[in-house]
Amino acid sequence: MQRNHNHTKICIVEKVIDETPTVRTLIFSDDVMSAVLPGQFAMVWIPGINELPMSVMISQESGKAAFTVRRHGSASTGLFNVQVGQQIGVRGPYGNSFDLKQGKLLLVGGGTGLVPMMRLLTFVKPSDDVTVLIGAKSKNEVFFEDLANTLLKNNPHRVIVTTDDGTYGEKGFVTSMVEKLVNENRFDGVYACGPEIMMYKTVQLAHSKGLFVQASLERMMKCGVGICGSCCVGEDLVCKDGTVFDGDHLLSNKEFGHFHRNKAGILENY
Amino acid sequence: MEPSLVTSIGKIQLERPVMLASGILGISLDVFNRLYRSGAGAVVSKSLSTEPWDGYPNPTIFSVNGGGWINAIGLSNPGAPNFAKMIESNKDVPIIVSLVGSIPEDFEMMVKQFKNCKVTAYELNLSCPHVAKVGLEVGDDPELVKKIVSTMKNSTNVPVIAKVGLGTTHYLNTVNAAIDSGIDAITAINTIRAMAIDVETQRPILSNKFGGLSGTPIKPIALRCVYEISSKYNIPIIGCGGISTWEDAVEFILAGSSAIQLGSAIGDNWMHVFNDINQGILQYMKRKGYSKINEMIGLAKKS
Repeated sequence: MQRNHNHTKICIVEKVIDETPTVRTLIFSDDVMSAVLPGQFAMVWIPGINELPMSVMISQESGKAAFTVRRHGSASTGLFNVQVGQQIGVRGPYGNSFDLKQGKLLLVGGGTGLVPMMRLLTFVKPSDDVTVLIGAKSKNEVFFEDLANTLLKNNPHRVIVTTDDGTYGEKGFVTSMVEKLVNENRFDGVYACGPEIMMYKTVQLAHSKGLFVQASLERMMKCGVGICGSCCVGEDLVCKDGTVFDGDHLLSNKEFGHFHRNKAGILENY
Repeated sequence: MEPSLVTSIGKIQLERPVMLASGILGISLDVFNRLYRSGAGAVVSKSLSTEPWDGYPNPTIFSVNGGGWINAIGLSNPGAPNFAKMIESNKDVPIIVSLVGSIPEDFEMMVKQFKNCKVTAYELNLSCPHVAKVGLEVGDDPELVKKIVSTMKNSTNVPVIAKVGLGTTHYLNTVNAAIDSGIDAITAINTIRAMAIDVETQRPILSNKFGGLSGTPIKPIALRCVYEISSKYNIPIIGCGGISTWEDAVEFILAGSSAIQLGSAIGDNWMHVFNDINQGILQYMKRKGYSKINEMIGLAKKS
């Protein structure tokens, strides 16, 4: 019988990888989650603690998937602390996915926003010329650089890392590098996921050059199925209409880049 | 002549009989406008309290095997003052403001917030089954219901609706108390107290353990309640509970509803459910030769 994607499937964490001091990847076996599209997410239950939306990370092994989580609030810290052998519940996948163009591509990721970018890399054609831009505050927060190079080993490609403090790669904000790249190249597609301000600036820069650009948004979520309304951005519901939105649509949304809602649904500034 | 979907719930007139139930998608005016464009005749806000509430931690929702949802969102809402500010600019959407509180003074304070807003009606949440001291605990106390409804009626000229549910007091006693105090209409019913347990981890799934069951499993129960209320009282009724198709909507109208609300169906079919139901009702009216909704209200009681 086909699995109802709204039903929570209990999975056992098989392996934990420390990516940085605050970021971990938890690997588990699940055919459905291993085959999700880039941009889709799962609602992940940490029994007794919380449930939170997570982009589904790729695994090198078939039939496996992963979550890459940064320790932040109580829910993400709960997931971060899950040990090998512990149970987590997974429902989904939910949401839409990136519209992957062919040719010259730019992928911009910050922090765990790199997760859907890594999955997107598994869908590029061998002829695509791919630039991956990884933004981090400092050297000890850089991860997935090697993975991006490995995934693109058969493509013309480059992986550029920027750090705000210059301790690794190029010094400066990742969006300064986006500006440089879109000025020097005619990309067929620009894709972004990461902190909202990073996405906002990336979308603005790409859009100003007339480039096709999409971003995968993150919002607080409760239901994941379009009922509770927690994740609304203007008139859009990130869980049902997104997580991926076209740049021109995002720029017409007065909340994108400026506001998110708290647990009570009140708008707060970024 | 093309049949009309216009319906009257007492003094409340709506262009279309299908509205968004409380608790669903109800925190952004932009979303309200989208729902209205999608075919909703009105939107009912999330139940608002005097102050902002965060609600419960996740998991707050569970999908029942075979259909339906159990939720314990915990009445998260921005609070009546913030919400009122947000809808001040509303011009187009018929908004029914749902209110939740423990004492008459809560409701009095909240109504004052909306003096600059276009409010189609207030709906009193007397029936949320998963938050202490409000909702169903209020609805289960008919004397308190009388006081709250009287306070509301003295505080506003806007129609006031009472939303009732299945608690420990017979819901008809709650309906009776509300009517005695001058309520304008009844919404029946709310979700029904329920729970789910995960067999692998051997624990309740919802963080609050108990939640409210909604969706298709409760439709026959809600329909029975609407039929009972309309058989016993002369009061406009809004049917609510598990409605997901035009046939469901027509059933509720035939049982005595002047309008209907839906919520769970959006989780299953997304927003076009409103237009689908509107079109289905129109086709039914054409086929059966009705020109107005009110020609069909309560017809099932004739036999």
